This record gives sequence, structure tokens and C-alpha cells, in this order.
Amino acid sequence: MSNLDIVKPENLVYKKSNVLTENVMHYCPGCGHGTAHRLVAEVIEELGIQDKTVGVSPVGCSVLAYNYLDVDFQEAAHGRAPAVATAIKRLNPDCYVFTYQGDGDLAAIGTAETIHACNRGENITMIFINNAIYGMTGGQMAPTTLLGMKTATTPYGRDQKLNGWPFQVTELLAQLPGTYYVTRQSVHTPANVRKAKAALKKAFENQKLEKGVSFVEIVSSCNSGWKMTPVQANKWMEENMFPQYPLGDIKVDGELVKK
Amino acid sequence: MAKELKLMKGNEAIARAMIASGADGYFGYPITPQSEVMETLMAERPWDPNGDNYTGMVVLQAESELASINMVYGGAATGKKVATSSSSPGISLMAEGLTYLAGAEIPCVIMNAMRGGPGLGTIQPAQSDYFQSTKGGGHGDYQLYVMAPSSVQEMYDFVFDAWDIAFKYRNPVLILTDGAIGQCMEKCYTRDNVPRWTEEERRAKAPWGTWGKPASRGHNIITSLELESSRQEVFNQKLQAKYAEMKEKEVRYEALNCDDADYIFVSYGTSARICMKSMELARAKGLKVGLLRPITLYPFPSKQIAELAKRVKGMLCVEMSAGQMIEDVKLAAECKIPIEHYGRFGGIIPTPEEVLEAMENKIIK
Repeated sequence: MSNLDIVKPENLVYKKSNVLTENVMHYCPGCGHGTAHRLVAEVIEELGIQDKTVGVSPVGCSVLAYNYLDVDFQEAAHGRAPAVATAIKRLNPDCYVFTYQGDGDLAAIGTAETIHACNRGENITMIFINNAIYGMTGGQMAPTTLLGMKTATTPYGRDQKLNGWPFQVTELLAQLPGTYYVTRQSVHTPANVRKAKAALKKAFENQKLEKGVSFVEIVSSCNSGWKMTPVQANKWMEENMFPQYPLGDIKVDGELVKK
Repeated sequence: MAKELKLMKGNEAIARAMIASGADGYFGYPITPQSEVMETLMAERPWDPNGDNYTGMVVLQAESELASINMVYGGAATGKKVATSSSSPGISLMAEGLTYLAGAEIPCVIMNAMRGGPGLGTIQPAQSDYFQSTKGGGHGDYQLYVMAPSSVQEMYDFVFDAWDIAFKYRNPVLILTDGAIGQCMEKCYTRDNVPRWTEEERRAKAPWGTWGKPASRGHNIITSLELESSRQEVFNQKLQAKYAEMKEKEVRYEALNCDDADYIFVSYGTSARICMKSMELARAKGLKVGLLRPITLYPFPSKQIAELAKRVKGMLCVEMSAGQMIEDVKLAAECKIPIEHYGRFGGIIPTPEEVLEAMENKIIK
């Protein structure tokens, strides 16, 4: 007997999405991946597209996303998810195709695939988790690592002369005519979770319009990599990440949002 | 395209065979000497319902070979018939994708028109990617099924055969050729179009494919990742069993004048064509020379070479490389007879006369 068997239907206000599997997630406590996964699952369930959805997971912490989301999945080589998704969608135009990548995968090793999939205007949903660090390999510098931020490969802080600047890849992609919807969200508070879910839903629904890429960046914390408690990490993210990566829509319905 | 006799380039034959064999997709990046593959597909526009050669096949020029091989991965992992083509430097870029394709057991077809290397090298024909093609190229214990056509007709026909092998074994198939066969024009019998698979056929032939999970099954996952080493070992054993079955059932070769031969050329692709002429010249001089032409380079016709080694006096491996296939020939023959290499490389094709001279000097003596 599960919890659901003893809860009266009228009292049920929340339950696990049917598009999530029973597998226990491997993510660290405080990580944003679990919440982002759940939102993707809820959106797929609410849109009723589980039987038409194909996901592409990256190399990085979310490499095993296919263990948690109960949809057909392909695991791509490092950085190549947008190329993989391009062909899935072109050969199966009735499918809903999404990529799920971290900052190293999408904005370092896979920059060419990212830019060209966006520039071709592939009718896919791209989800980008930006936590400014390489989590899986042990906390090295990411293209989005902030100036001065300490990582395993910038032990004295990211130095612009040595490492260049934090890469605002999302702003760059919004400039391309092939992107139709570009937004930056977070999942660190209930209000932000609701906004992020609405953004993801729009990004999936947009595939029906055949107008190009819908791109959702989720600025996320990596408290393990940042060597903080989850609470400290969320506060640090608000104070340091959001000024560099401001939340909100960047491009809607093919038009850049005026600030 | 209907069944007829046409004059065409080898590269064009590959493209026309893809359309005629019911391919669902081609993803490529231009590189000499095989760019006519994509150029022909773009001119034929099989995706266009208003075109003369409409099949519904998707053709896309990617931003790089990295992208094109990963597009092959994505498309083929939905259980569709997807192909790409490139030449040596491009294949090196694809090496990552090839090992992922093999590791995730994704059937697909890749054509490599070899050119002289290393590095950017030359654009002229070479056979110096034998090791890369048959011994790996990417990392890990994997094998591609490697076919070596020696004529435009074989370029055309092997595309049809490649799909059968690829889906039978869930393994990438490499058609290994060079610019000589890719660029030369020869007569070629085309075939009637095989229709692309229907939705039902796709699902029957590739039940593992990712096209959206119906309620009737669990989710399909295409991956080459296994975090548990004990399970990875079991998976690798399964791959090895698959390769062993290929060795048992799928070896192809051509034996010319081998029955009465004292001496044998072992050669494939373009250099086998040269050896055919050298063999004629030898026979005219009264020398009993035959040719064993491996058609599959992996699996290699080792048994056939071992059999020949019991009754001939020597073999000359003729390759447009510094000597790569000769290692497999020597292993097969277990050094029971003299086996020597003759090769020109860096884009040079040997003449029949110099090949015969090498046979006389190195083997017949």
C-alpha cells in the first residue's frame, strides 16, 4: 500500500509526476537538477506528450537524466546534444524533442553544435542548467564561472587575463534569428519554480509552431562544487550569479525583450 | 530511380544508392574527394514531394563532421536508416561518434573516401586508414563492419547490403573507399527504389528505437554509459560475441585465379583493381599468379588466406599505404610462407607493371 492509497482524492494537493520514474535521484541535496527534472516531467504530463517525447541527455551531472524521466531518451557525446536532437526532430517531426545540458556541455565543448542548431532554427526545446562549475568532474571552471570565483582549476579565482570572461551564451543565442523563445529562470524559491515551469511549458508548446528553438536557461546552484550549504549557495547565487545572469525573458515570440 | 544502366561517378553511385535503398536521412559535411555524395543528394532533393526523386529522405549539411556523425547518432537511434560520408581527416573528427555509435549499438552507414595522410595530407587516393577503420579509430573494444568496394557498381550495391548488416547486428557499417573509385566514372546498374520503411516496419525492425514511448512498453534508452564495471564487462562480452558471429557468417572476398596459383596478390579496393591487371601481365608471362581480394576488411577473410597459405609459395600484399593490411595477412597465414608488402602512398597509385615487378623481385625471385 502506498501513500496514495490512503490519501483521500479531495485532500491530494501534490504528487509525483507520472513521467518521473521510481528511481532515486543521485543528485546532491540542494542541487537544482532534481527540481528541473520534475518540472520537465510535469510539463510533459500536462501536455499529454509522453508518447511523443524524446529527450537527449548530456555528459555532466545530468548524464543519467534518462533514469529519472520516463520518456524515450538518447545519451549524447559531450556537447553534441543539439546535433543529436536536430536529426531526431528532422526525421521524426511529430515528436517533441528536448535537450538537457549543463554549462560545460552546452557552452564550452558543444558551443558549435549549440550555435548552429539555434542558427538553423531547429524546432526543439533546449534546456540549459547554468551553475557556473563542472560538477561531475569535481568542481572545475566552467565557461560561465564568475570572475574571481574559486574552482578546482581556478584556485585563486577566475582571472580574466588568464581565463577570459564569464560566457553569456544565452544573450548570444537570443541574437540569432533561429531562436524563437529565450528565457532565463531559476528554481531556488517556490515563486521561481512556478515561473520556470511556465517557461518550460511554453518552450515545449512552441514546438507545434515550428518557429525555431525555444531555449530555457535555469541558473542553478552547485553547493557541493561551490563548497557551501544549500542555503548559503542559494544566497550566494542571488547575490553573485543573478547580476551576471539576470533572470527573465530575453526573447519572446521571436522578438527581443526591451529592457 | 528505376532499374537501368547508367554511367556515373562512384560518389554519385553512393548517393543514388542511398535514395534507392530507402534511406531516411543523410547528414554530411563537404570534404574532398567525396563531396559529390551530398551534392548529388541536394540536386536530387529526395525530400521534396514536387521533385522527380521524392522518397521523403532528409538531407542536411551539418556545421562539421562532429555534428554530422552525431546527427547520424540521433537519427539512427530512432530506428531509421541514416548515413553519412566523409574523407580521412573528417573521419578522424568522427572517431568519437563512431565509438559512441558502436557502444550504443546504433545501425548506420558511413562512407570514407580515403586520401593521403597524415594530417591534412593530400586529396589523392590512399589506403592508409586501414588500421583506423578495422582496429578502432575511436577508443574502446569495438569493431565496425568494413566493406571495401573496388568498382562503382560495388559502391552502389554495397549501400543496399550495408543496411542489412547494420540492422541485423545493430552495428555501424563503414564503406571504405578512396577518391579513385569515388571520382571515376563507370557503368552501373541501378535498381528499382526500395520504399522507405513504413512506421510499422520501423517499429518492427528497430523495437529499441526512440520515437516516443507508447503505454505498451517501458522507455527506450540509447546510451553507451555504464557506471557499473561488472555490467560493462558483460556488455562488452556481448559485443565480442556479435563480432564473432560476424566473423563466422559475414566474411566476403573475391578469389581470382587462385585455384592453380603459385603466388597470390592480397589487395582490396583500388589497389586490387591494379593487381587484376598485374595478374593478367603475369599470366601472359606464364607466371601462375592469383588475387585474393578481401571485400570485408572486418571481418577479415583470414580462413581463406590460411587455406591459400597451405598451397601457394608466397603472397604480396599490395596497399596504397606503408603496410597495414599485411599484419592481418601475416596473422592469418601464421608466417608459413613468405609474405611481403608493396605499397605506394601519399596519394600515389602504383602501376600494374611496378606491382608485377615487386611480385617478381620480392616473392618469386
